[in-house]
Amino acid sequence: MSSGTTLGARGRPAPPGSGTLGADADPQVARIVRTPEFQQLVHERTRFGWILTILMLVVYFGFIGLIAFDKALLAVKVGGGTASLGLFMGVFVILFAFALTGVYVARANTRFDALSDALKRSVGR
Amino acid sequence: MNRILLGLTLATIAATAAYAAGPDLGAVQQSATNWPAIGMFLFFVLATLGITYKAAKGTKSAADFYAAGGGISAGTNSLAIAGDYMSAASFLGISGLVYTSGFDGLIYSTGFLVGWPIVLFLIAERLRNLGKFTFADVASFRLDQTSIRIISAVGTLVVVAFYLIAQMVGAGKLIQLLFGLPYLYAVIIVGVLMIVYVAFGGMKATTWVQVIKACLLLGGATFMAGAVLYRYGFNPETLFANAVQVHPKGDAIMAPGGLVSNPIEAISLGVGLMFGTAGLPHILMRFFTVSDAQAARKSVFYATGLIGYFYILTFIIGFGGIALLMSDPSYYKLGAAGTFDKLKDMIGGTNMVAVNLANAIGGPYFLGFISAVAFATILAVVAGLTLAGASAISHDLYAQVIARGRTTDKREVNLSKLSAVVIGIVAIFLGYVFENQNVAFMVGLAFAVAASCNFPVLSMSILWRGTTTWGALAGGLVGLLAAVIMVVLSKAVWVTTLGNPAPIFPYDNPALFSMPLAFATIWVVSLMDRSRRGQRERAAFEAQYVRSETGIGASGAHAH
Repeated sequence: MSSGTTLGARGRPAPPGSGTLGADADPQVARIVRTPEFQQLVHERTRFGWILTILMLVVYFGFIGLIAFDKALLAVKVGGGTASLGLFMGVFVILFAFALTGVYVARANTRFDALSDALKRSVGR
Repeated sequence: MNRILLGLTLATIAATAAYAAGPDLGAVQQSATNWPAIGMFLFFVLATLGITYKAAKGTKSAADFYAAGGGISAGTNSLAIAGDYMSAASFLGISGLVYTSGFDGLIYSTGFLVGWPIVLFLIAERLRNLGKFTFADVASFRLDQTSIRIISAVGTLVVVAFYLIAQMVGAGKLIQLLFGLPYLYAVIIVGVLMIVYVAFGGMKATTWVQVIKACLLLGGATFMAGAVLYRYGFNPETLFANAVQVHPKGDAIMAPGGLVSNPIEAISLGVGLMFGTAGLPHILMRFFTVSDAQAARKSVFYATGLIGYFYILTFIIGFGGIALLMSDPSYYKLGAAGTFDKLKDMIGGTNMVAVNLANAIGGPYFLGFISAVAFATILAVVAGLTLAGASAISHDLYAQVIARGRTTDKREVNLSKLSAVVIGIVAIFLGYVFENQNVAFMVGLAFAVAASCNFPVLSMSILWRGTTTWGALAGGLVGLLAAVIMVVLSKAVWVTTLGNPAPIFPYDNPALFSMPLAFATIWVVSLMDRSRRGQRERAAFEAQYVRSETGIGASGAHAH
């Protein structure tokens, strides 16, 4: 990947305290932060990441909450068979987690990578 | 110190701490020498040693040693992540838990999986963009190298130690049972092999050991689950109906049982499993072995699929154990009148459900294969842990804290190899000392510490501009101490082990309390930090922010 820039300036091995480098030490940082491409990329991706995170939390802790508070509901039989609603929900949580990672990767591969490329072009890299 | 630790765990043998304990490998007895299993295991060892030899020749720089030169592809890395994460405890323990309690096994399976999306959405790409070899690289990016590396390394070593003890003891017992080898030999074999993989082959060898193990484990489990479903015409409903008929608990196995009775306990367990995953040092290290953020992202996606698939398989295997083993007395120790308790009398204990099922499905050779896979599984997990621990010692503590950055790649890598040898010897010793202790709660403790120390320090330093060294240091320390103290004061240790009448801390899982405490401490202390260093660190966020979000300036795929 890209290398040879002074950004982040973590020459190795870094002496103690060298990680504390002000933004003013590198004018390129301030320039990148101000670009609309950077603003948009960060805004969109952060928002998207948190929305998916909250979805995962709601689904998983919803499942755990039902186990804790409403065992009877989870014991309900589905379609008159042996398998219970809880079992389907458990498998759903697993599939949902996988699907969410897929949704993120699909979005990142298309939208976020495009924004990122546009940013790199606009700062002349 | 050792006597205290010994005492601590001595009385936990009978601990009923189902939550903190998790799926464990219970007491076993030595069985007859199993030649097919030993043969197949030897084949695995030879193959992995061959890979280690090749990897050792290609491992020259520090980047090769810690991060396999950054040249691992997303697909390979996802298999390696799955290999690092799918332990013998989850294969044998969860299928055993499903066998005894049915549905309740799913609670662990889901908990172990749902941390992965969080890793992807918040951590993986930023970690790759900011770091080089260890997660401390990232946490200390704009903070004080000395303090943050110390707290990260301590968090890493505590997690590695607890995880490693649980794995070593499990390995010894399992191998005793599966191969008919004495406990101590088994522990020594595991310790020596993991030293060889890590010290000679570094990350390259460790990665390929994980990949081979993951393929074997997924292949074996797929075959078993397939064979079970085949017996029931590929209709899970028929499998469940048969299982309910023969299980002593009957239809209750399809519903939540006694595993989660207290809501707070259930949520705390969930928090620990979910966020602990995002703080496991041997897992976080894997993101530095790929070339860039795109590859890091893809490897989490594939790994989540593989791990989720694996947990669904263990669920089918557990039910297959119920349906196919419970009506066959030859898998049980029979009582005086030829009677047996289906839940307690299984030969080798309920953790042997998957192994006994292998025999029922494929005969002695498949039994040997699954036994060898279980051994390989443990070996791969301990190798990953050893590498993470050795890197924390050499890259964080030695190179940055003790040598203050004035060292060479070569010396650092040599120290890492030496650390791997020391960790291996210590692990053999601890495995020996803890032979007859219940160490199952230690995996839960490892996850709790990862969720309460590593994860808060890492995520706050990446995501929040206001984080300062004082905040991260105080929060990490508070989270670490809170998690450990709460477990010590809980029923599993305080009552069962130390003989006190009532637990001081009422829950077995601390994460619900210790993790928010760590975050709150980082937040409050950072806000109160008026030091000039604190000001500089907040100002330095901008540069870190650009690199974490865009990858501009990130460590490249190859040596520097």
